[in-house]
Amino acid sequence: MARGEKKPRLAVWKFASCDGCQLSLLDCEDELLAVAGALDVAYFPEATRAEISGTYDLSLVEGSVTTAHDAERIQEVRRRSKFLVTIGACATAGGIQALRNFADVKEYTSVVYARPDYIETLATSTPIAEHVAVDFELRGCPISKRQLLEVVSAYLAGRRPVTPPHSTCIECKLKGNVCVMVAHGTPCLGPATHAGCGALCPSYDRGCYGCFGPMESPNAVSLSRRLQDLGMDAAALKRVYRSFNAGASAFRKESERHGK
Amino acid sequence: MGNRTIKVDYLARVEGEGAFKVVVRDGKVQEAELRIFEPPRFFEAFLRGRSIDELSDIVARICGICPVAYQMSAVHAVENALGITVDGPLRELRRLLYCGEWIESHVLHVTMLHAPDFLGYQGGIDMARDHGEAVRRGLALKKAGNDILTLLGGREIHPINVRVGGFYRAPRRRELAPLAETLKRARDQALETLRWVAGFDFPDRERDYTFVSLRHPDEYPFNEGHIVSNRGLDIAAADYDDHFGEIHVAHSTALQSRMTDGGAYLVGPLARYSLNFDKLSPAVQQAAREAGLGEVCRNPYQSIVVRAVEALHAVEEALRIIADYQEPERPAMAIEPAAGVGFAATEAPRGMLWHRYVLNGDGTIAEARIVPPTSQNQACIEEDLTSFIGGFLDLPDEALQHRCEQTVRNYDPCISCATHFLRLDVDRG
Ligand code: SF4
Repeated sequence: MARGEKKPRLAVWKFASCDGCQLSLLDCEDELLAVAGALDVAYFPEATRAEISGTYDLSLVEGSVTTAHDAERIQEVRRRSKFLVTIGACATAGGIQALRNFADVKEYTSVVYARPDYIETLATSTPIAEHVAVDFELRGCPISKRQLLEVVSAYLAGRRPVTPPHSTCIECKLKGNVCVMVAHGTPCLGPATHAGCGALCPSYDRGCYGCFGPMESPNAVSLSRRLQDLGMDAAALKRVYRSFNAGASAFRKESERHGK
Repeated sequence: MGNRTIKVDYLARVEGEGAFKVVVRDGKVQEAELRIFEPPRFFEAFLRGRSIDELSDIVARICGICPVAYQMSAVHAVENALGITVDGPLRELRRLLYCGEWIESHVLHVTMLHAPDFLGYQGGIDMARDHGEAVRRGLALKKAGNDILTLLGGREIHPINVRVGGFYRAPRRRELAPLAETLKRARDQALETLRWVAGFDFPDRERDYTFVSLRHPDEYPFNEGHIVSNRGLDIAAADYDDHFGEIHVAHSTALQSRMTDGGAYLVGPLARYSLNFDKLSPAVQQAAREAGLGEVCRNPYQSIVVRAVEALHAVEEALRIIADYQEPERPAMAIEPAAGVGFAATEAPRGMLWHRYVLNGDGTIAEARIVPPTSQNQACIEEDLTSFIGGFLDLPDEALQHRCEQTVRNYDPCISCATHFLRLDVDRG
């Protein structure tokens, strides 16, 4: 690209998170320099101290909102972003830190900190879409690199990214895996979980633990019945829906059927 | 020039959200403060009541750069509570997984985050315009580390294959063969990376640190060993609380660790290297000497060289493990839940990571405590700023700020980890 020609500006923002999803971009070792060639990396503090102020064409937002300050900051990010994509379970569902939504955050603070009075935090961890309009969501804890590159290429080509909303089961079948639930009686969240990881856990002889969150209209009630038959008690059922996507409505509701 | 304040409200090229402030009065650094404002996520609170089967998946999410370290300290601590020892090929596979994380994490920091400080760039991406070969080589080396994680763990970030007792699935010997080919190329890339960073200009600054790391009779430490220091400390992980304590400082959502006598101590590459030089292979020792290092390194600006040495070590160790690998009979040892207390310390890329769990008889967690490397290093980082920055006050503000940032980045601080558990302002009046 000729110098002076305007490239779209990319910004990467962090809210409450583990940094894993934005790290996925730096983990695209083979594509990183090409991405940096096609986009102006205008704001990405984890990678560069350079900072171009103003507005951004493509904003990737990682993390959930857990402080009053962040609730304001996301408004500012939205104002300055033309196309805003949330990346990962924290940003799209509140992340593992949304477990506080089911508990007393004061009690949590007192467990972790000697001086709870030094800590400012909200009682809940909420996804970005509860605060501002989101143009596209990427699932996963962490997101898949392949899907991240798809979002960037689709943005550059001016089309909608393709990220199938079906269940992990379909990915398992496509991969030719033997079903861990049918063949080994291993509890698996695959039938209710959004595709995207490539059926990773079943490929390693373990059950899916739902890190991509619920698929579109999952039948979690019937899945729970199956899991019960495989020996999971109410406490285990509540826990299994209550992890990295505990705040996603389908998983939250199903967990609440098995205990408070 | 006598009174200045250098403030960085959002420190770049570190993992997570931190800031710092250095206050200069009458030409002296009066105060240096590292602030962690990363919002707390309360892992130790919500781990209570979770099953030991979920533990390694949950703690991984403390940090996207070093999830394996969290997984390793967690499973070792639970195994310690249950009185089991994972040995043989499963132990070797855990070491191999850790090699992958050391390579990926160290090379990211060396090439993309720290080298730009020495060569005068904003970041690795703009540095690539003039140093394309070095950056591409670094990315290829980092990828070799990630290839280990992907093969053994399922994915680079938050691997899914680790459990108490071992793994869900152990790799076949033939699956590891292509990895060995990648790692042979990585060995050359690691050596070249080491030679490249050895040629940087290092500020001539040393401090007499208290180094703390693990030490193992036969190996450069990863998963096991006694906690030792250069001042005669030699204890088991279970005795950590008798010698170290955490304090909660007002400017931080992180807790700071100190020795019980109040002194700061340093964990991470410098400490590990200086306490375990004799455990490196002769070839790696030789490479370190050629890179200008002695057997002990007290200059934190040279930590980039030590990281490159450790990356080389990790590549060699990975190759050795693959060459000797025998497939285990079962991917994991059988586990019987039992009540108990367990401790473990392992060597995360940034330093010792200590965990303690109290377990209930039904296989759930009653109590969790986690002390990450960056909270242990926080006091040292502030002391480095106080001791070193006074010597750089002839620099103009922009350059001085950059020097301060470099001084903090010497530690490759991992702020998401430190939360519970880091922000720069330089105030010159
Ligand atoms: S979604 Fe998972 S991987 Fe991504 S930032 Fe949150 S905790 Fe980390």
